[in-house]
Amino acid sequence: MAQAVLRSERPASAPDAAALLRSASEEGRTVRFRGGGTKLGWGRLAPEPDLAVSTGGLERLVEHNVGDLTAVAEAGVALARAQEAFAAEGQMLALDPPAIDGSTIGGVIATGDSGPLRHRFGSPRDLIIGIKVALPDGTIAKAGGKVIKNVAGYDLAKLFSGAFGTLGLITEVALRLHPRPAAMATALLRGADPGALAAAAAALSHAPLEQLALDVSWAGGQGAVLSRFGGATAREQAEAALREGRDADGLTREVVDDDEQLWREQCARQRSQGGMVVRVSGLQSRLADILRAAEGHGATMAGRAGSGLCWLALDERESHEALAAVEDLRRELKPLRCVVLDAPEDVRAALDPWGPHDDRALALMRRVKQQFDPQGVCNPGIFVGGM
Amino acid sequence: MDGSLGTEREAEGAAQEVPQPGPLGGRPDEEPGARPHPPIPETRTVERLLERLRVICGEGNVIVHEHQLRTYQSDGLLQYKVLPRAAVLPSDAEEVREVVRACYESEVPWVARGAGSGLSGGALPIEDGLLIVLTRLRRILEVDLENQRVVCEPGVNNVAISQAVGPTHFFPPDPSSQIVCTIGGNVAENSGGAHCFKYGFTTNYITGLEVVLPDGEVVTLGGKEVDHPGYDLLGAFVGSEGTLGVATKITLRVIPKPEVARTLVAFFDTTAQAGQAVTDIVGEGVVPGAIEMMDRLSIQASEQMAHAGFPLDAGAGLLVELDGSEAECETRFEDVRRICTHVGAREVRVARDEAERELMWKMRKAAFPAMGRISPHYYVQDSVIPRTRLPEVLARIDELQAEYGLQVANVFHAGDGNLHPLVCYDGHSEGEAERAEELAGKIVLACVDAGGSITGEHGVGVDKKRYMPNLFDEADLAAFQKLRCAFDPAQRANPGKVMPTPRLCGEVPGPYRRHPLEVAGLAERF
Repeated sequence: MAQAVLRSERPASAPDAAALLRSASEEGRTVRFRGGGTKLGWGRLAPEPDLAVSTGGLERLVEHNVGDLTAVAEAGVALARAQEAFAAEGQMLALDPPAIDGSTIGGVIATGDSGPLRHRFGSPRDLIIGIKVALPDGTIAKAGGKVIKNVAGYDLAKLFSGAFGTLGLITEVALRLHPRPAAMATALLRGADPGALAAAAAALSHAPLEQLALDVSWAGGQGAVLSRFGGATAREQAEAALREGRDADGLTREVVDDDEQLWREQCARQRSQGGMVVRVSGLQSRLADILRAAEGHGATMAGRAGSGLCWLALDERESHEALAAVEDLRRELKPLRCVVLDAPEDVRAALDPWGPHDDRALALMRRVKQQFDPQGVCNPGIFVGGM
Repeated sequence: MDGSLGTEREAEGAAQEVPQPGPLGGRPDEEPGARPHPPIPETRTVERLLERLRVICGEGNVIVHEHQLRTYQSDGLLQYKVLPRAAVLPSDAEEVREVVRACYESEVPWVARGAGSGLSGGALPIEDGLLIVLTRLRRILEVDLENQRVVCEPGVNNVAISQAVGPTHFFPPDPSSQIVCTIGGNVAENSGGAHCFKYGFTTNYITGLEVVLPDGEVVTLGGKEVDHPGYDLLGAFVGSEGTLGVATKITLRVIPKPEVARTLVAFFDTTAQAGQAVTDIVGEGVVPGAIEMMDRLSIQASEQMAHAGFPLDAGAGLLVELDGSEAECETRFEDVRRICTHVGAREVRVARDEAERELMWKMRKAAFPAMGRISPHYYVQDSVIPRTRLPEVLARIDELQAEYGLQVANVFHAGDGNLHPLVCYDGHSEGEAERAEELAGKIVLACVDAGGSITGEHGVGVDKKRYMPNLFDEADLAAFQKLRCAFDPAQRANPGKVMPTPRLCGEVPGPYRRHPLEVAGLAERF
């Protein structure tokens, strides 16, 4: 493992990428896809592939259809660059995973990463309206289209979202955009009692409010509920949120108008350099448990209160301690699924980051993999069940 | 969605013994359902299967008599009729599993059906196949309001979900047929509705499914939680039109009801002006809960049924509904009024109370059924275009009307560019039905040329599969087939739908047999 020189390719077009995959298939080589390289450490630790294929040559923002609120981008386009282009027209791609320089649209989609805006707009799979992929058999297939409403054909865009490049290479996507709100404001509730925070988050989640995001956070014995609003009356809406479920819960309440920094910090809790991040597929009813688990393990936490999806970040520790922490979390939060994302290599080598799986679902997933990548050319070994 | 083709049409179907021509005067050998791709099972095999089904579901729940089977010969698209060999009505998920397993072992193809309100022939039976009717699976199994989830069986009506979680919460996908259509059908078709521009589609609200695969195995995809590790097979299943299996348990997400809704209708001289208003409203960053357009002909038809006092000489009516927080709605509602007036609206009517709002919606929802009052028959399409291409596509529809000498009424979900052109014709007039279908087909192609899609919410089914090659090339279709083969290698689930031509899977369980189509060189193995 860890051989220094890995043959590297940078196809300049989808046909080039497809040709590369075809020859890899024919020669029995394995390929690792790479966008901005910010999430290469996610998934199972797998042997080095024969070939690295970068999407760096696929970096055209092909279309921005302002009037239609849609865009077509090649996979290698940096998310930040695309957002700048959309913002210039008062629009946005409602996808705000932790901002790391170089994250590409293709990489964010392939890993299914998301941020606080997910509360209102969903994850990558909900924002992709069309996809183009290069498959190991050398063909280029597309699904969906460029319109926001479309039920023609199978939804391969969803199949490839979050598939970690194990079915083929995403070369281009069509995306739905949203208007960028005129102003934003956040209702911020702070306190140190996980139960009170979870209850406040639940009250906001069930209130007739139109929130862009509804998060909970935890760090160093202190927690918060962050409820974000957009539009011409963002501040008024945030003030209305503060009035929701107001009882003697010991939480402090304020409206933050200039809230960019607040949300950047919140987002950053989804990643760790040197430490470890565990993503919990939670539930609203388990939020208090998850907050307590974060406190118990000395972790910081960022969570989507609506869906219960939470990220726990643990700082650097001895690998046996890190492994024990993952085991504890999985036991304490059972049956919620805990997926390890960022983690040092020795930790990843010693556990299955995806956690226990459902045999029948996995058998079906293997059949899907077998259909799209029968020879195991694309990103072998990193995904669920070692796919 | 808009679940009716008009009662007239239904009446005619019952009275007329002569089979109607397929759309575009389809060749007899292309009649959908008449030739499923799996080998046609022998009569003896089918008889044995029926015996087994009687044991599984009870004698009375296996229907074989022709007069009873007629109930199921079509879905909401009445142009197509096929009698299945039998229909079976299981009562729970376990019976569904056993039925599917029995079909698998007998090598008998099957079609699952909910309320049968679909408009693409997706639930059209296959001759010599079995129809699995899911309307007895109508239990809401769990209302978990704390987690904003409902777990239900597939035969539950769409509207029952919002009723179960009301008045505080609701289930946003709201096909016009929501009183009758089932959640299982919504999952199969990825149904939309009038509110999806803002709220999204069925696929955005399904978090978990229990699926009976075509080999009778049961698999759980997702759950109440999101982001289960692994492929998003849930996302692939929703909208797969019954070709990947049967969903027997559905977990869906409900959301809080908005604080207020404000509704107006603006009348314009031309649809182009109304289209411009839509572009400007969306361009200013307003995301209406619904934004629906009706043209003159559909206003005239609806007025006869709903009597809302809409001006009969208006070229277009634009219904705009904003929902959300009261403060935001009030502000943006003024923006909408200003834009409509600025674009040249001759009148803007604001609903002052719930009764007025309901009347406006009644006009919109009457558009399909009311069409029967101005035309003996009509043919509905479901194409989608990028919103900004509306003027040119409407101009093309005008040209086509003139060319064919037939009227086309236009009703659309303007926000997401989903058109429902209603091609009016008289089926008793020689050749007019064929001309109408040809005209409808040209509208579909005009929408594809404008960068759109052949279907926004009704599905491909049998009705639009012939247009699939206009959207997708061979490599695309081959990729679709890979997914199909992973779920259903023997292709017994709803064969003959969605894909334009029969295709086979590389690995069919059991001894290898060359398929008759393969022998004849009509299909190849992938």
